[in-house]
Amino acid sequence: MASLKRFSPLPGFGLAMGYTLLYLTLIVLIPLTAVGAKTLSLGWEAFWSAVSSPRVVASYQLSFGASLLAAGINVVFGLIFAWVLVRYRFPGKSLVDALVDLPFALPTAVAGIALATICAENGPVGELLKTFAIEVAYTPYGVLLALVFIGLPFVVRTVQPVLADLEREVEEAAAGLGAARWQTFLKVILPHITPALLTGFAMAFARAVGEYGSVIFIAGNVPMVSEITPLLIITKLEQYDYAGATAVASVMLVISFLLLLIINALQGWMQQRYTAEA
Amino acid sequence: MSIAIRNISKQFGAFKALDDVSMDIPSGELVALLGPSGCGKTTLLRIIAGLEYADQGQILLAGDDTSALHARDRQVGFVFQHYALFRHMSVFDNVAFGLRVKPRRDRPAEAEIRRRVKRLLELVQLDWLADRYPSQLSGGQRQRIALARALAVEPKVLLLDEPFGALDAKVRKELRRWLRQLHDEIHVTSVFVTHDQEEALEVSDRVVLINQGRVAQIGTPEAVYDHPATPFVADFLGSVNLFHGRVEDGQLRLGEHALGAADGSDGSALAFVRSHEFELLPGWAGRGGLPATIVRVVSVGPSAQIELSRTDGELVEVAIARDTFRLLGLGEGDKVSLRPRQIRVFPTEAQAA
Amino acid sequence: MSGTITLKPGSLVRHETLSTREPAWVKGVLIGIALTFFAVFLLLPLATVFTEALRKGWGAYAAALLHPDARSAIMLTALVAVIAVPLNLVFGVAAAWAIAKFEFAGKRLLITLIDLPFSVSPVISGLIYVLMFGAQGWFGPWLQAHDIKIIFALPGIVLATIFVTFPFVARELIPLMEAQGSEEEEAAVVLGASGWQVFWHTTLPSIRWGLLYGVILCNARAMGEFGAVSVVSGHIRGMTNTLPLHVEILYNEYNYAAAFAVASLLALLAIVTLGLKTLVERQTRRQQQKKNELSGE
Repeated sequence: MASLKRFSPLPGFGLAMGYTLLYLTLIVLIPLTAVGAKTLSLGWEAFWSAVSSPRVVASYQLSFGASLLAAGINVVFGLIFAWVLVRYRFPGKSLVDALVDLPFALPTAVAGIALATICAENGPVGELLKTFAIEVAYTPYGVLLALVFIGLPFVVRTVQPVLADLEREVEEAAAGLGAARWQTFLKVILPHITPALLTGFAMAFARAVGEYGSVIFIAGNVPMVSEITPLLIITKLEQYDYAGATAVASVMLVISFLLLLIINALQGWMQQRYTAEA
Repeated sequence: MSIAIRNISKQFGAFKALDDVSMDIPSGELVALLGPSGCGKTTLLRIIAGLEYADQGQILLAGDDTSALHARDRQVGFVFQHYALFRHMSVFDNVAFGLRVKPRRDRPAEAEIRRRVKRLLELVQLDWLADRYPSQLSGGQRQRIALARALAVEPKVLLLDEPFGALDAKVRKELRRWLRQLHDEIHVTSVFVTHDQEEALEVSDRVVLINQGRVAQIGTPEAVYDHPATPFVADFLGSVNLFHGRVEDGQLRLGEHALGAADGSDGSALAFVRSHEFELLPGWAGRGGLPATIVRVVSVGPSAQIELSRTDGELVEVAIARDTFRLLGLGEGDKVSLRPRQIRVFPTEAQAA
Repeated sequence: MSGTITLKPGSLVRHETLSTREPAWVKGVLIGIALTFFAVFLLLPLATVFTEALRKGWGAYAAALLHPDARSAIMLTALVAVIAVPLNLVFGVAAAWAIAKFEFAGKRLLITLIDLPFSVSPVISGLIYVLMFGAQGWFGPWLQAHDIKIIFALPGIVLATIFVTFPFVARELIPLMEAQGSEEEEAAVVLGASGWQVFWHTTLPSIRWGLLYGVILCNARAMGEFGAVSVVSGHIRGMTNTLPLHVEILYNEYNYAAAFAVASLLALLAIVTLGLKTLVERQTRRQQQKKNELSGE
């Protein structure tokens, strides 16, 4: 260890590092390897039949499709929120700023039953949408709605500081060089915040894929139609199909880890982009 | 293109940044706006550029009022203190930006844009950096790229806000000489803001001294240096010593001591003497001038910097050629008489009334 | 130069042409979109929780909260948070100290691993402990032989909660401590302070707001976690039912008023959390300003 660590006059590295690694290993790493071990013990055929059954595939399609779409919607609205919060003054701004994090803070089960009630046939949004012949509750739209709800803060909170950091001078330089406001936005501001937008998108997507609590109440959980993958895992567990549950979970885990790597790479890119002095 | 500034005033809350400022900048000149920080010089520059709006007054470019013109329509090049380069664009794309955002009918063909950018990068001697990104450049290089970017749209006026402020001393010196040469080549009307008097005096055709939102003096570097119009200008330019004395019969007197000839009517006055405009005579008695004691001598470089203490305890700074000082054979603790070669006198207000 | 238009000073047009502003209608539309979205997606759900909770009046509301099952759920939720949050707090401080104050190989990897629980579905976070300690799990037979219950009991709930809240404190502290650098700590060491003194007197005072922020978020998630706990709890009423699970049970029994009554407690927790968070952020900003002023002079 000594050769891997640069000298520092500060004390406590051994203790802090030792404890960190021990706790991390016990709480996170060993339990996670349980999924891998269990999956490997299944054998290829059992694994494949578990993850390729039509119901599982339908749930993957729903979970990943709705999550992608929700994250995309979040990018648009998240950018508007961040923009409005950084650039404008308007009544209720500090309330909006504080409550943007509500989806982080509100327990998912509470969000779930509230959204389900609002979108039920006799709920305020449900009734409004019924006039447009859109049914949200107990359909894939419901899943989408819940995922948009929980993903919003990720985009807002990654874009907001980056947008605030953009020096006014840069926009003034663009305007002084003859750029119209929309050109300045497209050519100067948007490229600047693109890494942040992508990071926010990936984070919202990763969260949405694994989301459970806020979705199940509104989704109706109809197999093949509105059943998300996390729910399917629980269903399999309740049927004591540990092998099937683990197989389905392992696919999700691999995808989550890939997403994590992507997010990390994006954040590395962001750091490079935003900390390099220009 | 000439710039005419007419009665510009600007207030930020209770703070009066500019107070009825007027001046004319002839076409092709390189003008420095010089003053301490917070004096309003940057605000004035931003108003000329259209980045800020005046509460009152007009800016005329080539005789036309610009009040209704958006910054992008003023054909003004602006170089920001911290360069404001677009970080996500290469050097080339930065310089090409102004050409590429032109409306389609005015926009040059891509080949023409390439040619012009290349020429500009050659002009600022950085054509070999075209593919780099701003974060890969040194401060001086960034500044030159910012200048090239501003010049790409062929502005009629070039405005520079503390162009060398963020650079270290050596680069700064090189760059300001280079800016002067560049200006002599392209001859675009240029205004730059600085708080560094040396910079203003060395580079510009004319200097505008600004103090507390008002123009204190306008003139060539020689004129403002040799004939300061106000105590502020006298104090701000060069290293000076301030005396509170009286003018009597064309002589400046400090108590019982006569310092030397001074213009102006009799009465109490503020007198300024630059540190290199003193003669140093050994001893106190009967020589005329101001008696003082040498406190400290820093004899590095071409001149010796001497700190002296007057009999009343006030400090005086004097600079004389090192050889001359050595010949005098003086050292710390020695008594000398100070005789100014040139005194600038401003009657104090109480006296003027 | 087309300077034929002359405008009187103070005319309105001039402000609209400021080079870094959008036209007023763009601004209006953007604010309108944001506020509408805010009202529908954030305010409405929150308001719904409280209106539904009180639909049958205060009496029914109180009865729902005072029901023995509800009371035991409250107790269990508090107990889980009281165990899980301090453990993650200690871990977070240790991890942040090691990562922010020292340079070592593999730092990025370590940070990624600490973030790992964030990207794992809550359901899988529960599943992994079932696979380890459940009846069919690695330690299942051994635990059964020694009559120790982890899954469908308190330890399982605590473990799953620790897992899902694992990164919160560390995540808050690492960037904060990295930004603050080590100069002050080094000064303390040179002045002869011991390790704990350095931490107590120089590090802790400057990170206290960030620490509080991390703890608040960690606590909110610990009390509100649903998916992970749902897998390991077994839903035994009055025994292993946390507040969110209790909400689910009541809701699925079509006892909506009671479900929302219990949910309103959790919503209040969320509101308090957001309030504290806003406060803490304001404090940090103030502290930062003070620091800037100090170093600026």
